[in-house]
Amino acid sequence: MKSVTLHSRLTSVLLKSLTLLLFFAFSASTYSQDVDEARQKEGRKLFKSLCASCHKLDKKLVGPALGGVEDRRENSWLKSWIKNNAEFQKVNADAAEAAQYSATAMNAFPQLTDENIDNILYYTTVGDIKKAAAPGPGETTTQVLEKSGAPDWLIYFLAAAIVVAFLMIASLLKQVSELKGNKKSGVDSNLRRDLQELWVGVKENTFLKVLGTILVLLIGAYVVFGTMFKVGVDQGYQPIQPIAFSHKIHAGENKIDCQYCHSSAKHSKHSGIPSVNVCMNCHKGISEVAEGTEIQWNGQTYGKEQLDQEIAKVYKAAGWDPDELAYTGEEKPVKWIRIHNLPDFAYYNHSQHVTVAGVKCQKCHGPVEEMDEMYQYSPLTMGWCIDCHRETNVDLKGNEYYEKIHDQLAKKYGVDKVTISQLGGLECGKCHY
Amino acid sequence: MASNKKYWKSVEELKDSSVVETLSKNEFVENIPTDDFLGDKETLEASSTSRRDFLKYVGFTTAAASLAACEGPVVKSIPYVVKPNDIIAGVADWYATSMADGYDFANILVKTREGRPIQIMPNKEANGTTSARVQASVLSLYDEKLRLKEPTKSGEVISWAEADKEIGQKLNSLKEASKQVVLLTGTMASPSTDKIISEFLTAYPNAKHVVYDAVSESAAADAFEKMYGRRALPNYKLQNAETIVSFGADFLGDFHGGFEKAYIDGRKPETGKMSYHIQVESNMSLSGANADKRLVAKPSDVVFSLLNLYKELTGNAVSSNTTAIDSDIKKIAKILRKSGSKGVVMTGVNDVNAQLISLAINQYLNSEILDVNNSLNIRKGSFEDVETLVSDMKSGNVGGLLAVNVDPAYTLPNADEFTEALSKVDLKVSLSVENNATTDAMEYALPAPHFLESWGDTQFSEENFGLMQPTIQPLFDTRQVQDTLLKWSGRSTTYYNFLKAFWSENVLGGASWNKALHNGYFSKAVDTATNSSFVSEVSISEVASNLRKNTKASGMELNLYTKTGLGDGKQANNPWLQEFPDPITRASWDNYLTMSIADARELGFSNPVKDNGAINGDYAKVSVNGKEVIVPVMIQPGQAKGSVGLSLGFGKTFGLKDEMKVGVNAYPLYKGGNNIQYNVSIEKVSGTHKFACTQVQKTIAGRHDILKVTSLKDYKNVDPKDHHHGWNKPAYVSYDHKEVEANTIDLWDEHNREVGHHFNLSIDLTSCTGCGACVVACHAENNVPVVGKNEVRVGRDMHWLRIDRYYSSEVETREEAKELGLSRGATYEALETEAENPEVTFQPMMCQHCNHAPCETVCPVAATSHGRQGQNQMAYNRCVGTRYCANNCPYRVRRFNWFNYANNNEFDFNMNNEYGKMVLNPDVVVRSRGVMEKCSMCIQMTQATILKAKKEGRKVNVDEFETACSSACTTGAMVFGDVNNKEDKVAVLAEDKRAYNVLDYLQTKPNVIYQVKVRNTNEA
Repeated sequence: MKSVTLHSRLTSVLLKSLTLLLFFAFSASTYSQDVDEARQKEGRKLFKSLCASCHKLDKKLVGPALGGVEDRRENSWLKSWIKNNAEFQKVNADAAEAAQYSATAMNAFPQLTDENIDNILYYTTVGDIKKAAAPGPGETTTQVLEKSGAPDWLIYFLAAAIVVAFLMIASLLKQVSELKGNKKSGVDSNLRRDLQELWVGVKENTFLKVLGTILVLLIGAYVVFGTMFKVGVDQGYQPIQPIAFSHKIHAGENKIDCQYCHSSAKHSKHSGIPSVNVCMNCHKGISEVAEGTEIQWNGQTYGKEQLDQEIAKVYKAAGWDPDELAYTGEEKPVKWIRIHNLPDFAYYNHSQHVTVAGVKCQKCHGPVEEMDEMYQYSPLTMGWCIDCHRETNVDLKGNEYYEKIHDQLAKKYGVDKVTISQLGGLECGKCHY
Repeated sequence: MASNKKYWKSVEELKDSSVVETLSKNEFVENIPTDDFLGDKETLEASSTSRRDFLKYVGFTTAAASLAACEGPVVKSIPYVVKPNDIIAGVADWYATSMADGYDFANILVKTREGRPIQIMPNKEANGTTSARVQASVLSLYDEKLRLKEPTKSGEVISWAEADKEIGQKLNSLKEASKQVVLLTGTMASPSTDKIISEFLTAYPNAKHVVYDAVSESAAADAFEKMYGRRALPNYKLQNAETIVSFGADFLGDFHGGFEKAYIDGRKPETGKMSYHIQVESNMSLSGANADKRLVAKPSDVVFSLLNLYKELTGNAVSSNTTAIDSDIKKIAKILRKSGSKGVVMTGVNDVNAQLISLAINQYLNSEILDVNNSLNIRKGSFEDVETLVSDMKSGNVGGLLAVNVDPAYTLPNADEFTEALSKVDLKVSLSVENNATTDAMEYALPAPHFLESWGDTQFSEENFGLMQPTIQPLFDTRQVQDTLLKWSGRSTTYYNFLKAFWSENVLGGASWNKALHNGYFSKAVDTATNSSFVSEVSISEVASNLRKNTKASGMELNLYTKTGLGDGKQANNPWLQEFPDPITRASWDNYLTMSIADARELGFSNPVKDNGAINGDYAKVSVNGKEVIVPVMIQPGQAKGSVGLSLGFGKTFGLKDEMKVGVNAYPLYKGGNNIQYNVSIEKVSGTHKFACTQVQKTIAGRHDILKVTSLKDYKNVDPKDHHHGWNKPAYVSYDHKEVEANTIDLWDEHNREVGHHFNLSIDLTSCTGCGACVVACHAENNVPVVGKNEVRVGRDMHWLRIDRYYSSEVETREEAKELGLSRGATYEALETEAENPEVTFQPMMCQHCNHAPCETVCPVAATSHGRQGQNQMAYNRCVGTRYCANNCPYRVRRFNWFNYANNNEFDFNMNNEYGKMVLNPDVVVRSRGVMEKCSMCIQMTQATILKAKKEGRKVNVDEFETACSSACTTGAMVFGDVNNKEDKVAVLAEDKRAYNVLDYLQTKPNVIYQVKVRNTNEA
């Protein structure tokens, strides 16, 4: 059942920030090595752009791991190899033997100067510099509190107002009864008697009775309707996915276009959950996350160790052996949990909104590029759809389909811009069939 | 005068029965069965459950249900691991392929979603046509009950390798012993398979290939062979015909070659010319229903009149008998002579001699319509060979039997003999798609894929080649028969490679394989010189005397036929086809003995109508050649006196779901593969049969102007709007005590319909043959549920689209007879005479999408509303099921979901199992209990077309809009489109002088237009 996996955002965010806080409190600066940062940076840049598609520092990819390669080979040997390994093999037996490492031949890089190569080799020796923890504590917690829902606050306020009103009326009643000549209760009279008197007073006053009933009915109606309208509305639904996939890392930090993975969105009614082969386009070469990467997942902070395991899950699904760098053929589809569920009787088409209308994904799905763990941002209720269809003007320019209709509608409504509802976008049959 | 014609739907209506009167007033004949759950008064009082308790339970369950509903289920989304390039989830892929299951052959397009075929449409580019069966065959693919799932030996699962090894050994030992091995197949019409079989026969010289069609066309093929030297069926170019005379050949209904397109192409009134079609027959067939002139004659008289026509035409004296229709035959001869080479004669009598006579007549006429060159290959079976096989088996001469997709244990007249003789066969192998009675009787059962999972090729006619390609991954552990045979012949190639090589060598002639595969067909002109060579001069006088000798005219004769729905019974486990109402009788889930009114009265049979609209029938014992069957009787107007009709293909039981085990197996009566059996005796036996027949349920309540029919002559010469003689007069109503044209007054305000699209559907009654392909297409496209026999019986069928069949006659009601001064006896006689041979008109009826819809105004929750594009929209999730709309609909097209038809064991059809559900269209919701539904004018298709245009940034192309029914219609009777696009075909049709709206005086302004039916009745 959904309830198991649906957890309150508020508590989860609080928990997460607490762990963050603890983490930062104990984290200390680890960076103290003596490194020529400029050379390292230059070398790293070159390495990432030219070498990283086949080499890693600490792991073999297409080619061997290059960490500390200078300890294994001489500098001149490496330079000749890098500049043009094919030519070098002809003259150097050792190089010819080294070429047997992989069936894939290495590219030649005649454009690299000796200095460039030295920088690259320097980088392979010193490696990545571990960054100090940057953000101070408390930064992440500020946003959290804003999120708590308004309705709860309203309910408490109303309840308090009612209690206060009752107390005020009660004291008034007391005074009235005193004025009428009733004996003023002594100092010894207890609270219980006061309340009893209050109750009697309220009971005997018709106006208060009616007022009370109306109030009770109104609050009851508010609560009942509020609850009923939330049935089937899963805004904020955030089930635990089988793989800790962070949209923030992919769409946010790495700026991968939404439709690179969700490529069906422009063609089909479904946006499409990417198949594992799409993941493998990049992850064939990315078997681990960068040092210091962290995501918030299911109330916990996932560091590099866990995240690398998550990537390993992708390999398992694709049947990819990261050691042999080959597909084993043992595939196992990933069983994602669907977050956005429209009822069967509502028809929605992504391509209509993405390709024709040019609506940004974020309009309905929220700031996905900031979400580690994906959740349902919009209520996906009919009222929510209708509101947008009422307000949004259709961009009729540049699409031949709309030309004639635009002229006709503009004449009919006497306006220049036409909303979706004026185009018939509110008709039942447009979404229900 | 068309205006005098009265229409009626059932014999009961002729009798002016009060039941029909009552039925005409009730939309829902069956009340909610409160008695069922309330029980009788006594038990109710005795019950310990008080009213208060009941309310407590209700309260508790409601609360519990709403609590449970608060939490939705967790939905998984499982993407591909490696997504195939051409599949985008949510976007349909279409493949061109061919259907060939041994009975139905068609060039088709298959719609697939996420790798599942969900719909079949005709490949119109290849001149393909589809019937109800072809349309429904996509559901048979998912028949998990009937299909063979893995290879078995004596019921135990066995691996393919083991099976190959064991059978290979046995085949070899039989070869060494020179013992006969018979390969028994249906008609394959596949050149590459023929090649594979011939290779198999070379590898095993002791093997013999026998072709067996359950419903035989042996005689026609034999006759063609005698005349032209090739075993094939004659083809007809009906589009060029001036006169078509058919002697019992149901060329429209039996769908042997998909003749309806050509037939209708030759019958377009706007061209000013229509072929004149005369049908001489005993059963009321689809062809007879469409004929301009239908002559009723019992089967023996049909044969004699064929002989008489030959005599009359050629003047050659041949021996024959006189018949009651001799004078008509004389007239026909005259007309045929006048038409000359534009005339054609065909016969459905399965007797070589009769077929030879008809070929001889065509030859005498020098008929251009008879196409000898492009002959048909779709019935190659030889009944004689099969009979020899059974006797060989009985005498122990057959060592091995390899049965490929045939079910002789069910379809043979002597099926019991066949099953018994099987024990004398050493090697018994069935290579079959389905687990039928034959497969069960065999030792090895090797599953073959459905045609939608197969590679293959076809050659339906000499010039028409087709390719078959898989549209889905095999559902079960199947292997193609061709692969199996190649393997057993010792070849290592796969069938796919063999097929490709075979085509490039023999068919393509240098053309591209990929293109042919993409198109699904390949046309190739045949060498006329070699094919038309006329082989032998047959002695017609001898043929005629043989024919006369074979025709043993008797008191009662039986004409076996196949139904539009089930055909030969291959798809008997297909709920769509079972629920498909027969175009003529409107009965579903049954076969029955059709009998003329006169015979029924004489023998004491009747079809009483119950007060819920259901029809009952009496049982008859039919005995022919010592075989007996007990069948219910259905009185059929237009059935020849002295003859009865009974359809094949029913009564199949092995492996079928209980719900599908309906009807009576008529194959035991099919002696010699002959559709006509003489010396039939019929005896009434006790018992009452409950038919599921929709013919009375939706009566027309005296609104005879639903149909407008005229003759070609009047169409050409009379002003349609003429006040007296017009054939498409506007309706008049009385307003302010004055007669005014109905369209001048209106209850509703007009809306501007010029903006955007406005959809109309035009239905040409002249072109509609009543074939019903649209009905099944609608089922598939719109997830229309199957409700079962009992529900159909009480009028709860869910067909969004039905084809009403009206009989018409000049005199109808008693009142009118009184006016004509007829006595009571004479009235009845007059009525009956009309019912002897009524005219038949088909009218597809679905939601009319009224611009001023009566249903919309009465819905209390606005669940049904009108779209700007002309569609009457139905929001199921809004509907609360008051059924007011259905009550207020003058067209009776709204359907109510009395139950949940999906995931309900009470309705164990395709929506109740995982395989059957794969055929559902994901773009259309499956409706739940308690809501109204009806034709949506395929709004999901129109919206998809619009979206496609928007995405491509262009206008919607001319005639791009389609509905499921209009794309399934091969004769072009149904045309759908946007009337606001003046170039659309439908915009022209909407203004046609034949266009009219049904019940136009109600001013509902429907968006469905009908075109007046034109009959070519004046030629005679």
